[in-house]
Amino acid sequence: MVKMSKGILVVLVATVMFLLTGATPAPAQKIEIQFWHGLTQPLGGMLEKIAEDFNASQGKYRINPTFKGAYPDTMVAAIAAFRAGNAPHIVQMFEVGTATMMAAREAIKPLYEIMQESGVPFDTRAYIPAVRGYFSLPDGRMMSMPFNTSTAITFYNKDAFRKAGLDPEKPPQTWQEVRAAARKIRAANAANIGFTCAWPTWTQFEQFSAIHDIPLASKSNGLEGMDAVLMINSPLHVRHVQTLIDMQKEGSFKYGGRDNQGDALFPSGEAVIIQASSGLRARIIKEAKFEWGATMLPYYDDVKGAPKNSIIGGASFWTMTAPKRTAEEYKGVVEFFRFISQPEVMAKWHMDTGYLPITFGGFERAQTLGYYKQNPGADIPYKQMIRSEMTKNSMGLRLGNMPEIRNVMHEELEKALQGQQSAQQAMDSAVSRGNVILRNFERANRP
Amino acid sequence: MQRRVIFNNKVLPYLLLAPQITITVIFFFWPALQAIYWSVLLQDPFGLRTQFVWFENFTTVLFNPLYIDSVKTTFLFTFSVTAIAMSSALLLAFMADKQIRGAGAYKTLLIWPYAVAPAVAAVLWLFIFHPSVGYLGRLLSALGILWDYKLNGGQALLLVTLAASWKQISYNFLFFLAALQSIPKSVLEAASIDGASPTKRFWTIVFPLISPTSFFLLMVNMVYSFFDTFGVIHTLTGGGPGKATETLIYKVYSDGVLFLDLGGSSAQSVILMLIVIGLTAVQFRYVERKVHY
Repeated sequence: MVKMSKGILVVLVATVMFLLTGATPAPAQKIEIQFWHGLTQPLGGMLEKIAEDFNASQGKYRINPTFKGAYPDTMVAAIAAFRAGNAPHIVQMFEVGTATMMAAREAIKPLYEIMQESGVPFDTRAYIPAVRGYFSLPDGRMMSMPFNTSTAITFYNKDAFRKAGLDPEKPPQTWQEVRAAARKIRAANAANIGFTCAWPTWTQFEQFSAIHDIPLASKSNGLEGMDAVLMINSPLHVRHVQTLIDMQKEGSFKYGGRDNQGDALFPSGEAVIIQASSGLRARIIKEAKFEWGATMLPYYDDVKGAPKNSIIGGASFWTMTAPKRTAEEYKGVVEFFRFISQPEVMAKWHMDTGYLPITFGGFERAQTLGYYKQNPGADIPYKQMIRSEMTKNSMGLRLGNMPEIRNVMHEELEKALQGQQSAQQAMDSAVSRGNVILRNFERANRP
Repeated sequence: MQRRVIFNNKVLPYLLLAPQITITVIFFFWPALQAIYWSVLLQDPFGLRTQFVWFENFTTVLFNPLYIDSVKTTFLFTFSVTAIAMSSALLLAFMADKQIRGAGAYKTLLIWPYAVAPAVAAVLWLFIFHPSVGYLGRLLSALGILWDYKLNGGQALLLVTLAASWKQISYNFLFFLAALQSIPKSVLEAASIDGASPTKRFWTIVFPLISPTSFFLLMVNMVYSFFDTFGVIHTLTGGGPGKATETLIYKVYSDGVLFLDLGGSSAQSVILMLIVIGLTAVQFRYVERKVHY
């Protein structure tokens, strides 16, 4: 009896096995690629749509996009996952995390390396130089895949310009003109705030330095080595902080808060001129109930060599390592990267979101589609990025612990604007505090 | 007569304690030990290169004048929040304890803010006090008061103090009300007959009788101000302007999570732990002596 039931069991098991494996042919196992991103809606949805399109375009790989919170949260999540041995294949990292990623050589797989190993032809010259430079080693090898990239530009309220007796078709190009216009706006009471800015350290120090061709830090702003020191207490930097203090005193400038807090002041009509991310465009289109325009960031016209190209902000995609990660998986990453850098995908992303077209092909594609004719001013960020030959000071930044350095710059600027210290003191203090941060980073990351 | 043990089972008490002990070990002892371990290391964020640096993280932190400023801010903030939250809660509880029409409704409404999450509470305050979108913020500007907590450190600290206090008043109210209700009416009536004024009755009878509750609340409020006010500060000011509202717990967060300085951040959290242990010890040693149970 016992033997009998054993026999039946064997037959049953065999049948089940046959049914599972033989009768229904299993679908070819797709290779899963984990992709962590930090974009909130609606941008996150648009990014996930691209991943979906990629999945539909081929049958071998499956990109699995996951939203991990804002950029800093995504960074922390990726680091924690790496420490636990299961880092995602691709992580989206904000530009100020670039130095941290590059220093973590064992945790990442450089872009040039996976491109080489997979044998996929990859021409870095397709990317506009300011984008390429930001994510490349000094010898030009690209480390990460740039994707959503923006730059800072000026937006202004044309209705308020008219009210103040300014020419809405002639937006201010220099700081002198910005100040004069902001004063006029306040004198005519055309709005509460003449001039404000979002991302104060990015627009007032980082972009400012690039445009005036002065260093933010030594060693080409850190691109050439970890031993860079901050140089933001130069006469021109101090002069600019003094201008902001003076403008605040006379009521033509108002500090809008850290990070993107200042954004809200423009679409609401409260501020007439704002320097903000080019990505603010989408929100202005949605919310502004007035006629507006865009123009390039201003410069001091008595500074020789100004204006130069502006630098970028935004994020890039990093390939991460993990134990037991196969060459086939990296191949999937490469295929995905190739997919997103096609001019059609790039141009669509650019037109849908307001981020920069980061390849020449992407820009041309958008141009062919008539995008810039229908949306005057949408090409301002692109044109500003390529308006001059790049210099050592306008290639980009690569400073360790940049988020903390930005925090220091915010704090010192705020103290200066509160009248607790002079412009010179603020910038001296930012330099000495920032250099401590840089040395700590250098020490913790020395190979 | 000695009480007899009802359960002879030797294992059962441990079994019953096990869940609590497990939770304490996993969520308190283990992270605390990790923090102590990390506080003597210098590490890159990914943990690829680790150096043992003895107490360097501690000396760096303690000799940093900005850290000392943060300690001062934290104590100012903690004492203000505790004082405001406890005194207003006591006043409200004293009022609500009276025989008045609709006392039940008042009590319920006063308890409500406790159900609001810190971040949500902060957003509510933001909508009220934001210099350009908040109702009261605009009103203050219209009255000619230069209200801008984004740039004025004093105003920023005032705002987070008020918001954090408001959040804690309900909790204190609940305990004070219960304490007040447990005072025997006969004692108060006897005092009235003897001719004691309401103020005198409060200070000589009510206040001593609710002192165990007050002591408990003092502890809870201080710990709340030290640790649980993170959400309010994060949402309202993010530690700024300058470093005006950067409390110790906020600095632990920003240095560790945002700036990835794990060693320094761990050293700070060890120091914070010591401060709170010290405060608690002092309170039990000196303040509790004055408490009548």
